[in-house]
Amino acid sequence: MNFHTCAKKSFAALLVASLVFGISACQGGGGTSSEASEGAASQAASGGKAVTLEFQQWWEEELPSGSLRKICDQFTKDTNINIKLLSNPYADTKTQIAAGAAAGTMADVVGLDGSWVYDFAKQGSIANLSDLMKQDNYDTAQLASQIQVDGKAYMIPVVNFAYPMYVNLDLLKSAGISELPKTWAEFKDDCVAVKKKNPQASGWIIQLSDNSPSGIQNCLMSWLWASGGNMLNNGKPSLTNNEKMTKTVDFVKSLFDAGVVASGATSMTEADMTENFINGRVAFMTDSLAHLVTIKKENPKLNFTTMGVPKMEGYTGKSGMDVANWGIGVSANSEHPREAMKFIEYLMSPEVNAQLAVLANAFPGSAKAEPDYSKADKLFSQTYDIYKAGYGINEFTGIPTSEDLMRSYSKQFQLYLKGEIKSADEMLANVQNEWEKAFQ
Amino acid sequence: MGKSISIKPSQTVKAKTKGRCENALPRSKKVRAIQVPEENASSIRHENNRWQRLKKKCEPYFYILPTSLLMVLLLILPIVMVICYSFFNNVIIEKSPSFVGFSNYLSILTDSEFANAIWNTLHFVCISVVAHLILGMLFAMLLNSSYLKRSTKTVFRVIYVLPWVFTASVIAILWKLMFDPNGVINYLIQAVAGPGIGHIEWLSSTSLALHAVTFINIWAGYPFYMISILAGLQGISYDLYEASALDGANMPQTFFRITVPQLKPILISLVMLDFVWTIQQFALIWMTTAGGPINATNTLSTYIYKQAFSKYQYSMASASSVIVLIVCTLIAIFYVRHQKASE
Repeated sequence: MNFHTCAKKSFAALLVASLVFGISACQGGGGTSSEASEGAASQAASGGKAVTLEFQQWWEEELPSGSLRKICDQFTKDTNINIKLLSNPYADTKTQIAAGAAAGTMADVVGLDGSWVYDFAKQGSIANLSDLMKQDNYDTAQLASQIQVDGKAYMIPVVNFAYPMYVNLDLLKSAGISELPKTWAEFKDDCVAVKKKNPQASGWIIQLSDNSPSGIQNCLMSWLWASGGNMLNNGKPSLTNNEKMTKTVDFVKSLFDAGVVASGATSMTEADMTENFINGRVAFMTDSLAHLVTIKKENPKLNFTTMGVPKMEGYTGKSGMDVANWGIGVSANSEHPREAMKFIEYLMSPEVNAQLAVLANAFPGSAKAEPDYSKADKLFSQTYDIYKAGYGINEFTGIPTSEDLMRSYSKQFQLYLKGEIKSADEMLANVQNEWEKAFQ
Repeated sequence: MGKSISIKPSQTVKAKTKGRCENALPRSKKVRAIQVPEENASSIRHENNRWQRLKKKCEPYFYILPTSLLMVLLLILPIVMVICYSFFNNVIIEKSPSFVGFSNYLSILTDSEFANAIWNTLHFVCISVVAHLILGMLFAMLLNSSYLKRSTKTVFRVIYVLPWVFTASVIAILWKLMFDPNGVINYLIQAVAGPGIGHIEWLSSTSLALHAVTFINIWAGYPFYMISILAGLQGISYDLYEASALDGANMPQTFFRITVPQLKPILISLVMLDFVWTIQQFALIWMTTAGGPINATNTLSTYIYKQAFSKYQYSMASASSVIVLIVCTLIAIFYVRHQKASE
């Protein structure tokens, strides 16, 4: 056999081998070839076919290393359904899910933020969970909440993150403040006192970067919600003729005018904001409770506490606390919707949900979960008590193009700060116009 | 004239069995051993020739088939899809979008934000390209200077090329930290000018943000020019400089009469490529200012991104992308023509 013949035969053998390998890998039940690398050769009880669910989320990045994998492995052990984790940071996950939704290649199960739900649901890229739950005879009473569009559930919040106000006690002490502010006026006075005593520091911080416009939701609207206000009325924008909203905008502007807000707000992201607090440059910050661990880890010497967002003068009712959630949904194109629903039910089961809540430093999405926070940070338990005394709220969840709504609000607010818009009423009328277009 | 050897299938076995002995026979004898009717031989010969010719014609296409398939899949198909999307309403969002002709283009071209994005893009691109050219030329000439030692030049070459080594995300984080109101730049300014100057909001001020982002892009992109121009400078014959020195030319004359004309083909290519690349710059802007504050740094790339991933207006995003595509294609055509002309 000469070299040429030998090479030809080897090539043919290689081709056949790769074909056989490819076919055997593809027979793994409609999944990708990487199923093999996942390890478990599982068989779904129903069809006798191996099933692997792709689960795209940002949670694994934010949970303690290996913990989500462990929870998923337990599910595989119980059900013989493999879970392939596709993990990326939050912003990347959003872009990838949006791209997957556009191309019809979304993962079977996706981690969702409440602000994305409306658009994906209208697009038809995420499945109607109400039907899936009905098919599975799932008792929806055990869910703390469901995110619905046109009366049908498309997302189930797995865990909820509260946004309390963090307070740098050292800065307050240096300004001679011994008591935490309870009203807007007290808050402003404290900020002015802190700024006067520490010119390099700031009283309050807000992030208004276009990169992630969530500052409007978490930093600005939290003032409104804490005083029992709302930005929607019957699910529609209600920004004009809304006294509390006008007062909120004017109050936040007054903080800017007083020079107590950290500079660089309009290009600041949530990470920058947290970084400023960690470095002791800010007295008050509204931020996710999920950052509690980060703050403690990055600056163990920082003397800080948490409190509820101060209320408007004269308001004595319950306070709404801004919440963000790690939600979950199923792709409308998934070949395994029943298995996907099983996985969601598993994550929402009281034990697993409680476990996730503790790991994420969050509040459970299951009404029956009883997380053991005994080992949690004292501040966490304290915030949980504040949360329970009021109610969780986030009106941006489940509304159309909510991120864009935040951007347009942010833009108008910045124009108002700059003086190009003369009054809060004019600014809110502009935002109302923009928002109404999205709701049409 | 000898007959060519054409073997019928039935004869093949016979010919094969004759083996080596027959192969050893002289050509004329072999021909005599396999007699084929003349008309059959002619038609088979004709068939074979046609097949050979076809094979020969197709062979080059088979070689380029994998690349062509990849190009169609990864390049042509997405472009065609985007062009199609731009003529429909609410693509992707709606299952059966309706054809709207040029309506999306009309909406885009009458959108004040798009006009603002074009203006910002032009500012960003023109200043970047000019600054890249000047800085690249300056540093390349410094590195090509005969007044510096080789080791010194090597050290500076590494330093000057460093910005090009970093990825856009690293550059964005680096400069965001430097331009922070509490960052190094403000610290240095305050150290020189005193604390009265305050915290300058480089990336947060509507009047400064675009300049700051353009500055970052200039910093990130000049090394490409520097390296290319340096290669060009090293290719210019020294005789030309000697001749100009003999003619009594001073430094500016030498630069404008010898160096620039000699580098002209490289410079034109660089400017055109940079123009296209800078129009498409997204990561750097998105990670520093994301188009803000109040659209102050909103360029075509961030405008398109927001249309697609914030407003979910994929049709509008496609229409704006097609407009950018047309501009880039025009530049590319000009570039190719220039390349051909210089050949």
